[in-house]
Amino acid sequence: MSSPEYWTKPWPSSSAEKPPPPGSNQAAVAARPTAEQVIAGLRATSEGGPDLVQLLTPEGERVTHPHFDLDITPEELRSLYRDMVLVRRTDRECNALQRQGQLGIWVPLLGQEAAQIGAGRAMRPQDMAFPSYREHGVAWCRGIDPTDLLGIFRGTDHGTWDSQEKRFHPYTIVIGNQVLNAAGYAMGQRLDGKVGDGHQDDAEATIVFFGDGATSQGDVNEGFVWGAVYDAPVVFFCQNNQWAISEPMERQSRIPLYQRASGFGFPGIRVDGNDVLATLAVTRWALEECRSGNGPVLIEAFTYRMDAHTTSDDPTRYRLSDELEAWKLKDPIERVRVHLVRSQFADADFFAQVDAESDALAERLREFCINMPTPPADRIFSHVYSENSPVLDQQRDEFLDYLSKFEHAGGAL
Amino acid sequence: MAETTSRTATRSIDTTNRSGSLGSDEQPASTQKITIAKALNLGLRTAMERDPKVLLLGEDIGKLGGVFRITDGLQKDFGEQRVMDTPLAESGIIGTAVGLAIRGYRPVCEIQFDGFIFPGFDQIVSQLAKLQFRTQGRVKMPVVIRVPFGGGIGAVEHHSESPESYFAHTAGLKVVACGNPVDAYWMIQQAIASDDPVLFFEPKRRYQDKAELDTSVQPIPLHSSRVLQEGSDVTVVCYGPMVRTCTDAARVAAEEGHRVELIDLRSLSPLDLNPVFESVRRTGRLVVVSEAPGQSSITSEIAAQVQQHCFYSLQAPVLRVTGFDTPYPPTKLEEEFLPDLERVLDAVERSLRW
Ligand SMILES: Cc1ncc(C[n+]2csc(CCOP(=O)(O)OP(=O)(O)O)c2C)c(N)n1
Repeated sequence: MSSPEYWTKPWPSSSAEKPPPPGSNQAAVAARPTAEQVIAGLRATSEGGPDLVQLLTPEGERVTHPHFDLDITPEELRSLYRDMVLVRRTDRECNALQRQGQLGIWVPLLGQEAAQIGAGRAMRPQDMAFPSYREHGVAWCRGIDPTDLLGIFRGTDHGTWDSQEKRFHPYTIVIGNQVLNAAGYAMGQRLDGKVGDGHQDDAEATIVFFGDGATSQGDVNEGFVWGAVYDAPVVFFCQNNQWAISEPMERQSRIPLYQRASGFGFPGIRVDGNDVLATLAVTRWALEECRSGNGPVLIEAFTYRMDAHTTSDDPTRYRLSDELEAWKLKDPIERVRVHLVRSQFADADFFAQVDAESDALAERLREFCINMPTPPADRIFSHVYSENSPVLDQQRDEFLDYLSKFEHAGGAL
Repeated sequence: MAETTSRTATRSIDTTNRSGSLGSDEQPASTQKITIAKALNLGLRTAMERDPKVLLLGEDIGKLGGVFRITDGLQKDFGEQRVMDTPLAESGIIGTAVGLAIRGYRPVCEIQFDGFIFPGFDQIVSQLAKLQFRTQGRVKMPVVIRVPFGGGIGAVEHHSESPESYFAHTAGLKVVACGNPVDAYWMIQQAIASDDPVLFFEPKRRYQDKAELDTSVQPIPLHSSRVLQEGSDVTVVCYGPMVRTCTDAARVAAEEGHRVELIDLRSLSPLDLNPVFESVRRTGRLVVVSEAPGQSSITSEIAAQVQQHCFYSLQAPVLRVTGFDTPYPPTKLEEEFLPDLERVLDAVERSLRW
């Protein structure tokens, strides 16, 4: 399955948009689309194409896939459901906290719960994750309490979790930077002999998260090159949520993103990112490939950003509401809920219990957020270097001395 | 620190009108009160109308009008070929702008936030800055790179930086910063008209500052600094977002009996320091203000040059009020990091007491 040929078969020409011939008048491309084109575009956006890996349909039906399957107990299913509900609740609560002025900004993950929980639950404790800035669900799976995310968005710190202990790197805001960092980390895993024969218990892999827009960056493409030529155990996990702020997928690529992998010499797979089971199965496989020396792998999780890009964004300026409606029918949580109910894997008590748990979590988040202390001014000068910096120490002392004048004058520090 | 915002608010007077005035006594009816954001939009529009070779490139600048809406409505009116939503890659934006310029276009690139210029740094310093020199003038680089810069807007990491000194350090680039709507309107057009690459820094925190714009009053040259307020006690030099902070500080200093001569640099490379030298020769004192970290920066350059050219006139050492030599802090601490009215006044007083 890991033979590159399998993954490099061309996109079926019937569903491929023919690129304009070289030298053709770009004005034709730039013209406003016809109604038919809009509808075709909508369908192309919401359907993942023939290579999409899916194990649970939007209607909540279990289906099989020739290359990926998943043995999963009802208990595991319930726990995936619980993860997604709690993560969504965290997201909605933080969105509300931003609206109420408690957070400076929030980056919603609404709609991407399955992609993140599927990927996050596929990891082993020793694996390392490099997130972008929307990976609240992956953070959850790494055992990071949601309150640890708040510092970034309230502006008290740049994230307070221990990234070494949790094996979850700090959020990265400069698009694409983390992909090279992850490739390097994975090279280190290989150098340390942590890439095994598939049976080694302490074998490790790295997974790095980025968006569809990020695939245009040099860093991401360089990350692919490095990962490939050093056989680094790294899973490149692209959450294609269809938009990079206002720019649709077409603004980043002529071909489906997973197909890019073949040009770099490793497999690329498109998975239904709204299907937690498929994402789990595919990521588990990919991480295992990496741990046993067959990396890298590119996964394109085909999903959709249901909310604004951030709380500062206004999506009504650029996207069609029809698109949103089409994707609502693919909700990642709803389909698991339906499946649980229909299979009698969960009863009303279970759902009530998860709801109660999520209410409690929201309340705890709110309470924590409102009471977060502002760090003291000398935080500015701490940890700039690992060694004492006499110049900076002097700058700090002078500044604290200056501030103390206000204290004496009766000002509040 | 003491509630500086409220102090600033109570003590300060809206001075943007004044810095916006170009010194003309006439007030033709054609003037309009506009923000820096709108002035830039209007300046870009005017430049595009005047020259069909002017193109805009950037992330989200089309339908969205840019994250700050500076290009609002331009794609609608000029089309997708002249206002291009680019793929998400700064090196790509700047590198292709270099190619477009070789082909005779005048690209204006938008970098979404200061901290995102670095993926494009290589193209800026290796190609954009040096092509004219390498080709002995055969190839011109009429490229403008617009960068909303500076802090004070409560944003997350990489959204509040002041990277101007990196570019001022590179020969072949011109670097400017506007501080009010009138300059915004004219300077963007002058930058686009220039055959040299111009890094155009916009004080994002001041985008909504308003002033009267009279388009019939001709602008001063792009690379000249301007005396905003005359005074005989101490010279204060600033640029970009600090223009307003320093205007407010000068006003408060005046209430306290100190006459500040205030100079807006406008151009950071080349620097027009003659007005600064002349001023310091009269006042004997200089305070240089910038929110960028001070180490090896534009403020260091000014301090060095002033001591070289005005050594015998100085009655106090040149003092600098800058951001600290640290990464930009989390936003709850940015008020401490950024020079404010109090810190400028403190430096003015220290200089006077020397
Ligand atoms: C280098 C860089 N350029 C620009 C930005 C501003 N920006 C933040 S998010 C974003 C869009 C990212 O889209 P995508 O990669 O698809 O990820 P998504 O946010 O959709 O998950 C942009 C342009 C940035 N953070 N970094």
